[in-house]
Amino acid sequence: MAEWKQKARIMDSDGIRRVITRIAHEIIERNKGTGDLVLIGIRRRGVPLARRLADRIREIEGSLVSVGVLDITLYRDDLTTMGHQPVVRQTEVTFSIDGKRVVLVDDVLFTGRTIRAALDAIIDLGRPRYIQLAALVDRGHRELPIRADYVGKNVPTSHREEVAVRLIETDEIDEVVIMEKT
Amino acid sequence: MFKHKDLLGIRDMSADEIGFLLDTAGPMKEIIKRPIKKVPTLRGRTVVTLFYENSTRTRGSFELAAKYLSADSINMSGSSSSVAKGESLYDTGRTLQSLGADVIVLRHPMPGAPRLLARSVQAAVINAGDGAHEHPSQALLDMFTVREKKGGLAGLQVVIVGDILHSRVARSNIWGFTKMGAKVRVCGPPTLIPAGLEQTGVRVVHQMDQALDGADVIIMLRIQKERQEQGLFPGLREYSRLYGLNRRRLELAAGDALVLHPGPMNRGVEIAADMADGSQTAIEEQVTNGVAVRMALLYLLIGGGAQ
Amino acid sequence: MKLIIQNGRLLDPVAGRDQNADLYVNNGLICAPFQPDSTTSIIDAGGKLVAPGLVDMHVHLREPGFEYKETIVTGTAAAARGGFTGVACMPNTDPVTDNRVTVEYINKRAQEDGLVKVYPVGAITRGSRGQELAELADMREAGAAAFSDDGQPVTDAGLMRRAMLYCSMLGAAIISHCEDKSLAGGGVMHEGAYSTILGLKGIPASAEEAMVARDIILAGETGCPLHLAHISTTGSVSLVREAKKRGVRVTAEVTPHHFTLTDRAVGDFNTNAKVNPPLRGEADVQAVRQGLADGTIDAIATDHAPHSFDEKNVEFDLAPFGLVGLETAVGLVWTELVLTGILTPLQAVQKLSCNPARILGVAGGTLTEGASADITIIDPLLEETVNPADFAGKSRNTPFTGRRLKGLPVLTIVAGEIKYRRQESVVSSQ
Repeated sequence: MAEWKQKARIMDSDGIRRVITRIAHEIIERNKGTGDLVLIGIRRRGVPLARRLADRIREIEGSLVSVGVLDITLYRDDLTTMGHQPVVRQTEVTFSIDGKRVVLVDDVLFTGRTIRAALDAIIDLGRPRYIQLAALVDRGHRELPIRADYVGKNVPTSHREEVAVRLIETDEIDEVVIMEKT
Repeated sequence: MFKHKDLLGIRDMSADEIGFLLDTAGPMKEIIKRPIKKVPTLRGRTVVTLFYENSTRTRGSFELAAKYLSADSINMSGSSSSVAKGESLYDTGRTLQSLGADVIVLRHPMPGAPRLLARSVQAAVINAGDGAHEHPSQALLDMFTVREKKGGLAGLQVVIVGDILHSRVARSNIWGFTKMGAKVRVCGPPTLIPAGLEQTGVRVVHQMDQALDGADVIIMLRIQKERQEQGLFPGLREYSRLYGLNRRRLELAAGDALVLHPGPMNRGVEIAADMADGSQTAIEEQVTNGVAVRMALLYLLIGGGAQ
Repeated sequence: MKLIIQNGRLLDPVAGRDQNADLYVNNGLICAPFQPDSTTSIIDAGGKLVAPGLVDMHVHLREPGFEYKETIVTGTAAAARGGFTGVACMPNTDPVTDNRVTVEYINKRAQEDGLVKVYPVGAITRGSRGQELAELADMREAGAAAFSDDGQPVTDAGLMRRAMLYCSMLGAAIISHCEDKSLAGGGVMHEGAYSTILGLKGIPASAEEAMVARDIILAGETGCPLHLAHISTTGSVSLVREAKKRGVRVTAEVTPHHFTLTDRAVGDFNTNAKVNPPLRGEADVQAVRQGLADGTIDAIATDHAPHSFDEKNVEFDLAPFGLVGLETAVGLVWTELVLTGILTPLQAVQKLSCNPARILGVAGGTLTEGASADITIIDPLLEETVNPADFAGKSRNTPFTGRRLKGLPVLTIVAGEIKYRRQESVVSSQ
């Protein structure tokens, strides 16, 4: 088993807060307000990020934006090759997404496969007007023609590295670190 | 968390595994409620339902579960008479395996038939009811339904009423509810209670009024007319009088007692006609939950992981 | 051929003898001591038990009719490997052994190709259908040792009574398969918590006991010697004990599987543990062991019932009843009864040789001079793990696979000829 050790800390609590604020502004600007806007977080860490974005948008615009939770396990393209069975969790999109401007939120954009699965999952729920993508970190190495509309930070990485996003809601600390295989 | 090749009985499962399966069924139920009830999870997988007994709901339920998960499903029927003289179950299993079956869902009149099939093939085998042995997916859906309505299973008083002797549903539910920390009573005439049942940890009561006292969950079993012909009870009229569920009796149970029936019901026999659709019954809900539980089962058996 | 078995511990229940001594054989007979010459074979049986040839009074050789399960050749080879020098074979062959011709056929085949002595049991009723008496006297003349419809009960009590009356003039025992079908109710295993758990139909103890009681009453009334096959329950043992006290001419046998295994051996629908009467509860196992110890049960017989792999590789309900027992019997008797102190070696030999021979009315069961040199040598220290692949018999349907046994037959001599010798045994001949 390879050991992982921390190589660099690329964002702290303040850094994450600033990025959320910036992306919130960009979302409002790009969508010309919050009409028909919904945020859907991809489990697990996309969910608290989507909630934070919604809070910030409410502070800026004064309007409430619905947040949905998407579990993409059943849409993964690697189920048959995995050594274990990923746990299936609830998808909670309690509102209709037909005709909505959907912003999909995830923590790290890497190969693009998670986003591909998420797009399929969303399309199964209805027909949004369009779907945009927000990611806290884009670490490159795309395997599919997918790009993010809103990126917190572009972080060039090697395949030997992992980007770990840690959030208070799930990990008791806000930070983004690069881990390296030793 | 769930490392079985097959699902043959609740007796083989741990409380953790049952809990995990019920947890997985929750998200599956969300899919069933969507306008587009389909996820791509089991694309390219083949589910065969092999039924040697008639069944509409169990078979349909497994078939829908497979389809909602995008598996291909085919149905094969065997008549129990051909079991004895036709192709052996072993050979049938080998044939289905050669056809590429990833899962074989078997309903069979003889106890242990799924075990035999599971030993004969690499495909996952799901027991969809084998004689009077087990019907694990039914017990899972009953537990799922109860957990949804009651918030949990531990500490509940569950009563199973009717033909326990011939009931695989009763056996699977006894294992399941007991493992999950509920207390189980069974109720029926001595001729329909199998020998040594107390050793499974249940209490046997012959008086219905006594059995229902304080019950949180009441599972009514179907009584079959042929049991009367076998001399196991004198007649449906007397049976219904002694063991039928009616409004008066339901009042003996806890105020919010939940009534379940694995179906198909004999209205007016084991359950009063005006009660089957009552507010305390979850009989239709059970059908929806059945699909969710079977989706979870299929996913956990063949959805992921190198087999 | 002359043979001397030296240094063994001789066990002869008939003579009440249990001592270290040499045994002399000449011309197929046990004889007085003689000086060895160059033609004499010598076997060193130091540390071994030298017993009169064991007799299994309840075996299914399957020939004629079911040669794919077993034949007289393979069945007697299994017997020889199991330490038996004689077997009584049950009549549920095809055709049923219910006439002189079939009895003669079995005797002829056994004499030509059998490794051990074979004692055919004739059917009580034609086709064992329980409707009319078979030609019992004719079969007796042809060499039938006893009569039984084994595999099926004689349901009609009146018919059974007439069979016993008729048999009482022939000096042959009726061997009764005790089962009340209306109580057995199509069951496939012992009725109890375990049949309930598996959802299999149970056979209550009363299905056997009701018939044991009936046949004891009939034997008492008719004076016919009655032998009860494979009794398995506490109640049956009590009924036999009480009947013997009253002086009824009744004897009984138990199988190694019934004094060893309980219904739990069915496990996950193991069809090799499907047998009739079924493997019973723990209390029943203790009761038959007690019955063996106090002499209520006279004989240990295997009910060796070979079935092919395919016949057993089916749903439990569809599998035939029966398991093979010839090649595990001695090991089970030693491991379960002798080493546990329930039987002395002498008592064990009595129940495996002279009692069955006496009940069948055949020679054997003794090492006295002039007796046929049917001898079984047992190594009480030799151990093995049961592996059906080692069996000499044709079928492998045993519930004892993987079981550790101690006390095994190592040499089987029939009429002075060695029919089986265990390779790794230290027994040597010069």
